[in-house]
This record gives sequence, structure tokens and C-alpha cells, in this order.
Amino acid sequence: MNIHEYQAKNLLKGYGVKIQEGIVTDTPEGAVDAARKLHAETGTDWYVVKAQIHAGGRGKGGGVKVAKNREEVKEISKQILGMQLKTHQTGPEGKKVHKVLIAEDVYYKGEHEPKEYYLSILLDRAKGCNMIIASTEGGMEIEKVAEEQPDKIVKEWIDPAIGLQPFQARKVAFALGLEGKAHKEMIKFIQSLYQAYTAADASLFEINPVLKTSDEKILAVDAKVNLDDNALFRHSDLAELRDISEEEELEVEASKSGLNYVKLDGNVGCMVNGAGLAMATMDIIKLSGGEPANFLDVGGGANAQTVEAGFRIILKDPNVKAILINIFGGIVRCDRVAKGVVEAYKNIGDIHVPIIVRLQGTNAEEGAKIIEESGLKVYSAILLKDAAQRVKEVLQ
Amino acid sequence: MKQRLSFCLLVNAGICPIFVRKINRSVMSVLVNKDSKVIVQGFTGSEGTFHAEQMIEYGTNIVGGVTPTKGGQTHLDRPVFNTVQEAVNEKGANVSVIFVPPAFAADAIMEAADAGIKVIVAITEGIPTQDMMIVKNYIKHKDVTLIGPNCPGVITPEEAKVGIMPGFVFKKGGIGIVSKSGTLTYEAADQVVKAGLGISTAIGIGGDPIIGTSTKQAVELLMNDPETEAIVMIGEIGGNYEAEAARWIQEQGNPKPVVGFIAGQTAPPGRRMGHAGAIVGGKEDTAEAKMKIMEECGLHVVKSPADIGETIAAVLKK
Repeated sequence: MNIHEYQAKNLLKGYGVKIQEGIVTDTPEGAVDAARKLHAETGTDWYVVKAQIHAGGRGKGGGVKVAKNREEVKEISKQILGMQLKTHQTGPEGKKVHKVLIAEDVYYKGEHEPKEYYLSILLDRAKGCNMIIASTEGGMEIEKVAEEQPDKIVKEWIDPAIGLQPFQARKVAFALGLEGKAHKEMIKFIQSLYQAYTAADASLFEINPVLKTSDEKILAVDAKVNLDDNALFRHSDLAELRDISEEEELEVEASKSGLNYVKLDGNVGCMVNGAGLAMATMDIIKLSGGEPANFLDVGGGANAQTVEAGFRIILKDPNVKAILINIFGGIVRCDRVAKGVVEAYKNIGDIHVPIIVRLQGTNAEEGAKIIEESGLKVYSAILLKDAAQRVKEVLQ
Repeated sequence: MKQRLSFCLLVNAGICPIFVRKINRSVMSVLVNKDSKVIVQGFTGSEGTFHAEQMIEYGTNIVGGVTPTKGGQTHLDRPVFNTVQEAVNEKGANVSVIFVPPAFAADAIMEAADAGIKVIVAITEGIPTQDMMIVKNYIKHKDVTLIGPNCPGVITPEEAKVGIMPGFVFKKGGIGIVSKSGTLTYEAADQVVKAGLGISTAIGIGGDPIIGTSTKQAVELLMNDPETEAIVMIGEIGGNYEAEAARWIQEQGNPKPVVGFIAGQTAPPGRRMGHAGAIVGGKEDTAEAKMKIMEECGLHVVKSPADIGETIAAVLKK
């Protein structure tokens, strides 16, 4: 699960991680109040207005702007709130901005020059443990740094049994070339960050940039946090941070019916049991000349209700020109799935797109018979190859 | 106990005891067989009960089960124990299959490892990643093989089914299968059988980001298994397991033909496709990149999942 920057910063702050302070709001008037409050708390005279959407690259898209007084805070908030913000991560249609974070200006002048760093904690799948990635090249995309200046990246792996050790935090701080007060602050920053990471059952913390201010404070200017969905059962407070307005409407609806659905841009919808087979079915659609309109895993308990819910969700996508149902019956019996398809078809009534049902495994032949005898405009197949051929035919 | 067990296996395999060490290894290589003494953790729960019944019906040697606080009861005509240790002590259990809910599953795996179980098959889906990190670390220095979690299990046809797969699909033969996915494993097995071949052992390694046995380790078990002539290796987007396995196979000089398929050629980057581990995170994570590496390492890569059966049959004829 993804959360917003302001939520992520609150989470970090709770574990003693220093952050760029800010107040979230959803109106221009609220933004002015927030600025006033922020001035009283931090003494800041300039402000940063930051669009809160679940995507990176907000600055380049015009979603992050500096305001030099409260009048500007109001003006800029007015522009950003409600805008359709497009970044390299939102897709061409962009994302609507519902909230802005009014943040303090942390790039103020002082004894030293402010400097940006990069720091993240994430799961290293290959090693089966968490790792820290740090770089002196803050504010840049880390993938780019890794490609162009791999020597500028430091990595530190954390033993899950003993956790992050002080020497590791020291190593990172030294590798970033920090000295004196900033060095000490960075060590504390890394340790608090790791504490927050494990406590929240996160799978990614990306702080880009981490800022060394002109008075040598270390703080998080941005925060990207991914939480492990499988661990949300033990974090009810974090589960509440879910913002469904950031998610695809159909995906939210599907999850209510216990379906695992991901919306895509293609023209052939599919409904499959099992994630691996679902991905393979999408591949088959592509190889047959179509484009998958979605990923949909009905899971191990496919029945009439789930099949109907699946149908309804797929049919809400206007791009869908055909539907391929691919069920490999193991525990799930194909005849029951077939009955579910027929029932769902009748309940929904006017289905205008061709449907291809491929049933294999337990009671596959009985299932195919039910489909054929139903008199519905449904094509039946038993081999995956036949299903692929059918898709090709209906698309022509 | 260990000695007696390996002797038993030798006798059953009908092989001269001079090759004790080697043979013992090869018998273990298929993970489960008809002599495996299997217990079910989460035995009395609805999932555990349903699948234990199915496994018993298949002929798997289920010697009992574990449900804490229900020790002493009898379930499906088999004893229930409070702890895995009791099941090991009293029944000589050496394989455990886990149906414990996600919040308690990591603990159950570590209990089995601590009790001396040799093969642990964790079916449970949805175990927190941090929990699995602890598990992986805990079992690192123990003499145990963990399969899964979030997997369909392991089947050696006509001997033992330790998992949730439909047994009738898996006819006996010489093709080993390694896969991250459940139903896609059944699909591959079905195609292999329809191509006139059969399965030696199918290992569902699981679709989570952290799993006990990697693709490479599972492939290695099948490469060392005298009953396996060729291997079907099915992967998906995310992680580097397939690339690692492919490079290992090449280093070994491609001792047995391997047909490979990667699901998720059409998956968009950054989106999780059902399995917690199925997410394209970097350039090497994509189906395309993995297939390219596999091809370069001498594997027979199929683009369409419908071609697995025919391809393995064609490869074996060569």
C-alpha cells in the first residue's frame, strides 16, 4: 500500500526522524491558515506548496511550488488544488490533486551551503533482508545515478536477527562525506528511520532528498513509503491511511468482492483463477493479437457470485471487446464454474461482447457441456491453444 | 533415526548400499516420496482438514497433525499433537505441510525446523515479509528445506502429494516441474501429460518475495534426480531467481534439457500482479529480460504458455 507524503512524514516524525514540517489542507483558505500556523511554529517566512498524490516527479509536473508570502500561498494552492497533475508516473491522464501540503522552507541561507542526499531502506529479495541505499546525489532519480555514477552509491545490508547496528549507520554517514554535527545527525536520522521502517512493516522508505540545512541539521524533505499489504492486519492505524481516491475505481470495487483486479489499457478482458495463470492468460491474449484489458484473479474459490462480480467489473470497462475466462479446476470444479458463468450471464442480461470460456482440470468436460447446452453466445475451449485461437477469431 | 530412514529409502529404491551417500542424496532430491512421514500443521482448521483428506485419499503417508491445545484428540483417524516435537518423537515425522493462518505461519515454520523436520512445505498465503526474513535467517544453519510459502506444494506422482494440487493431473513420468505459481503448474503438468509424457516431481516454490527454496535450488534438486529426464521451469516477473537458475544451468553444461516460460510479458511496471512478489521493479525484472537471459543460457524458452507440452516433447525427441 502507498501513502501520501504528509502521512509518511507523520509516521517518520513519530519515530524521531527529523522532517521538513508542514500542514495538510484541501482549500486555499486552509492553506493560508496552515502557513500562519507554520510561521508561528517554525519561524519560516517562505513556504512550499506540495500537491499530495501517489506519484513521483510532482515538481517537474508543476505540483510543487515555492511561495514567498501568504498571498502567494493562497494563489498557488488555488492553482494546484483540483488540477490534473501529470508526471512520468501518473500516465497521460494525470491525477487529480485533492490535498496540498504547506511546508516550511528549509533551504534558508546560513553558514554552510544546503546539500541534498539520497537515502532509502528497502527489501533486497535476492539476499532475503533489508538494505540501505545512500548517495551523495540527492534529488536525482536513483536509477539514473546507479546507471551513470555507480560509485556514488553506497549499500548496507541489515541482518534481520540483530537489526541495524550503529557501525553501519556510521559507515553510511562517513560514506556520504559528512562531518561534525551533520555526521552525528545523519547517524541518528538513519537509526530512527530504520526503526520506523521495521515498526511499520514497510517494504520501501525512500527519502529523496534528505537535506543538510545551512545550520547542519539533517531532515527529510520528501518521503515515499510503501507498506507491506500482508502485514496491515497488525497495523490498523496504518491501514486507515489508505486513500481510495488514489486508486482505480474498479480496483476498489473488485477488492470488495474479494477479487484481485488490476486495470490495464487493452481490449480483451480476462478472468482467471491463480495469479500466475492470470499473467500467462494476459500473455496469450497479446500473442493472439489482442491487448489485455485487465489482470483478474478470482482466487481459489471461484463460484457463481465471484464470477458474476468479475463479469460486472470487466464489462464496466468500455474498451473491452471480448472476454476470456480461463479456469484450471483443481479444488474448484469446472462444472460449478460453468454454472456460475451461465447464471451470471443470465443475471446481467445484455452482454454484447463475445465470451470465450476455457475450462480445464476437475470436471472440465461436464463444464464444457453445460456451457454448450446453455444456448448462450459463449465459446467453449478445453486446451489453452484453442482458447488462444478463439480470441484471434473473435478479434478479426 | 536418520540412519534408519536412509536405509529404508535405500531398500525401497532397491539399490546397492555401496553408494549410500550418493543414493541417499538422490532419494532426498525429490523432497517427498512414499516413505515420507508427513504431518499437517493447522490440521484441524477447515483448510487443513480439507487438504489433509485429499492428501490421504491420494495415498500420502499422513501420520498425524499439529494444532496447539488440541493434542490428544483424533482427527481424520490420525493423532493430533500440541507440538511438532511430539509428532516427531512419537511418529517419526520428517515432512510438514503448513496451513496455519498468515499471522502465525512464520512461527509454525520455525517450530517445525526446530523439531527436526527435514522438508517443510508452507502453503499459507499472505505472510508478512518481515516475518519471512526472520524465518529465512532462522533456518539458514539448520538441516531443513523450506518450500514456499504461498505455494501449491510438492508432488511426486503415485507416491506423495504434499500440497493442494489436483493429484489426477500429475501422471508419473520423467519431467520435473519448478514453478512459482499454482494453477500455472497444473497447466504445465496437464500439457506435459497430454504430450504423452509424465511428471517425476513438481515443486511449487511460491510467489512471495522471500521464499525458502529458490528456482535455482529447486532446479538443482531435479538435475540431481535420476528419475528426471528434463525440466519445465516456470517463472514470472519480479526478482532474479530465473536468471540465477539459468546461469547455473549453463555453468553446469546444461546437463538436462530445460523448457522455460515467464508469465507477465504484458504486466505494466510498478504494479503488483496478484502475487506479492510479482512486480516489475527494475530492468532485469521484466519477463523479456528474463527470457533473454534464459535463452542465452541454452534453455528452450517458449513465448506462449500453450506451447509448454509440445516443446518439451520436441526437445526430448532431439
